[in-house]
Amino acid sequence: MTLLRVENLVKSFPTGYRSPPVTVVKGVSFTLDRGEILGLVGESGSGKSTTARCVARLLPADSGRVVLDGRDVLGASGRELRSLRRDMQMVFQDPYSSLNPRMPVGEAVSEPLLVHGLVTGRAALRRRALELLRMVGLEEEHLDRYPRSFSGGQRQRIAIARAIALEPKLLICDEPVSSLDVSVQAQVLNLFHDLRERLGLTILFIAHDLAVVRHLCDRVAVMRGGEIVEIADSDTLYDNPTHEYTRSLLAAVPIPDPRRERARRGVGTG
Amino acid sequence: MTELLTVRDLRVDFDTPSGPVRVIDGLDLTVAPGERVALVGESGSGKSVTAQAILGLLPTARVTGSVRLDGQELVGASRRILRQVRGNRIGLVFQDPLSSLNPVMTIGRQVMEPLLIRGVRRAEARRRAIDLLARLGVRDAARRFDDYPHQFSGGMRQRVVIAIAVIAEPDLLIADEPTTALDVRIQAQVLSLLDEIAAERRMAVLLITHDLGIVAGFAQRVVVMYAGREVEQGPVDEIFGRARHPYTRGLLAAVPRIDERHQGRLPTIGGQVPTPAQRPDGCAFHPRCSSTVDACRSEVPLLLPRAAAHRVACHVATRHAEQVTEV
Ligand SMILES: Nc1ncnc2c1ncn2[C@@H]1O[C@H](COP(=O)(O)OP(=O)(O)OP(=O)(O)O)[C@@H](O)[C@H]1O
Ligand SMILES: Nc1ncnc2c1ncn2[C@@H]1O[C@H](COP(=O)(O)OP(=O)(O)OP(=O)(O)O)[C@@H](O)[C@H]1O
Ligand SMILES: [Mg+2]
Ligand SMILES: [Mg+2]
Repeated sequence: MTLLRVENLVKSFPTGYRSPPVTVVKGVSFTLDRGEILGLVGESGSGKSTTARCVARLLPADSGRVVLDGRDVLGASGRELRSLRRDMQMVFQDPYSSLNPRMPVGEAVSEPLLVHGLVTGRAALRRRALELLRMVGLEEEHLDRYPRSFSGGQRQRIAIARAIALEPKLLICDEPVSSLDVSVQAQVLNLFHDLRERLGLTILFIAHDLAVVRHLCDRVAVMRGGEIVEIADSDTLYDNPTHEYTRSLLAAVPIPDPRRERARRGVGTG
Repeated sequence: MTELLTVRDLRVDFDTPSGPVRVIDGLDLTVAPGERVALVGESGSGKSVTAQAILGLLPTARVTGSVRLDGQELVGASRRILRQVRGNRIGLVFQDPLSSLNPVMTIGRQVMEPLLIRGVRRAEARRRAIDLLARLGVRDAARRFDDYPHQFSGGMRQRVVIAIAVIAEPDLLIADEPTTALDVRIQAQVLSLLDEIAAERRMAVLLITHDLGIVAGFAQRVVVMYAGREVEQGPVDEIFGRARHPYTRGLLAAVPRIDERHQGRLPTIGGQVPTPAQRPDGCAFHPRCSSTVDACRSEVPLLLPRAAAHRVACHVATRHAEQVTEV
């Protein structure tokens, strides 16, 4: 069952007085099934974040179609747009800047519910905040603490708790683990995995670490220069990449195994 | 083998509003000429502070112990000597490369600077700088030589910082997360260039990174840090193949691998790195460890066996198995 359909998405940016705009997303199309995790990879500047932001309506697209759950995203306005915004939430790379330092995390997590008028009353909000924090592996004692007293991984989990507060249908994650070290990264990846299992969440997952993407994603799209050059289910893409660019990306990924790395890079050690 | 760099019992204390805090607690480290050593550990374990202490870049901290470069003591050395060492003998890539460039000086001037200081003539310095930038994959290096840092992308600036660190051919390069802002293909290119330079000029490298994939391909020896102390060190094959410290094993297990069809949950290390002010007694890792003995809670484990290439600071790994209690 298709949840999200993106067709021929195009986005350009102005480059200044009298120079022509530069097109950075050049007709991107893909679909996401309900409960599926799609990885979006490709070199820096290839247009991954811009694609995600257009899909989430954080940026206006030039043209194309985005359909979420049968509803047109790019043309929506008013109530329709508000409801779409609720159904699509984003998680960003930097867990430090995405939380208000002066708001206790319990409030931060339940704020979207208050804003959308879905839960009212302090006690009810607090109860829901605790449920959400528990979902991401935090506890009651954390409710009244401020972001600065949490580690990077905890902050990212708080940002995720906030993003799932509205029970979105689609979670768009732009490099959500790139600033985390391996142990914390593993905690956050497990959380995404659990959320999909438990809530049936559908996730568009942008990352530059191709090993992380293989681990988490069912399907992977490879972007280059504003276009998707290859899209396939993970094992097919990783075991039998068809596009030359995909092959060169995969060939560059280091493997945490010294013997294989030496063999692969042809360097002698010792 | 005579060492190029010898760090003995390094301790670093910072003054904080709530009193002095020991961030590095008795670190030993050696790097031989031409050797490539990786320093790994979770965020906050003290990797960057170690690098800064080696270079005398912590004016406000209390640094004790010994740091010798070819026998010359750097702890307590004069600023003149330290500046000389940093300019000529040790190249440094800071963890935050973007803030270490001068925004009002051209890229080219900054890359040439270490050569000009050494008296290399301008035309020659320019030629070598352009050549190095090109080898690091900066396209149109000659044309972009007079650009300013803000005109370069994050990845390009990171390569400029690497160029500045290696252009004067130091004996030792200390590189703190040098490839984090780079995409995998550029990262591979930069690492193989560092490989080449290290081999050509017998430059030793102390590489600080989170990325165990990079460590596997680049380092000969690995030093694992936890909460300001060394918990294990050994040849790269030993660490990846026969890690003995539960912390090292936990780190290795948490890394997803591109060559494995693994779906599902990854093993994680519960809890988090303690802050230096709240370092637990005994083995600092014991609250997160799944197999502990009484000694873990009271005695700081020593790195054993002392003279061995592969050493571990873990009571359980170095004592009898029957004393192990599962927690
Ligand atoms: N607001 C903007 N104005 C002008 N150009 C922009 C703007 N945002 C992005 N771009 C350009 O669009 C291109 C694509 O950027 P985007 O951020 O989508 O890349 P990305 O694939 O997410 O890269 P990265 O992996 O580095 O995050 C880049 O060349 C970028 O410089
Ligand atoms: N100037 C300072 N004053 C007080 N504490 C400090 C200071 N600089 C660093 N620390 C503390 O020292 C510890 C080690 O920090 P360091 O930056 O060396 O960690 P790291 O291993 O490099 O981590 P990362 O992987 O995140 O870069 C941290 O707990 C940090 O908060
Ligand atoms: Mg991006
Ligand atoms: Mg650091």
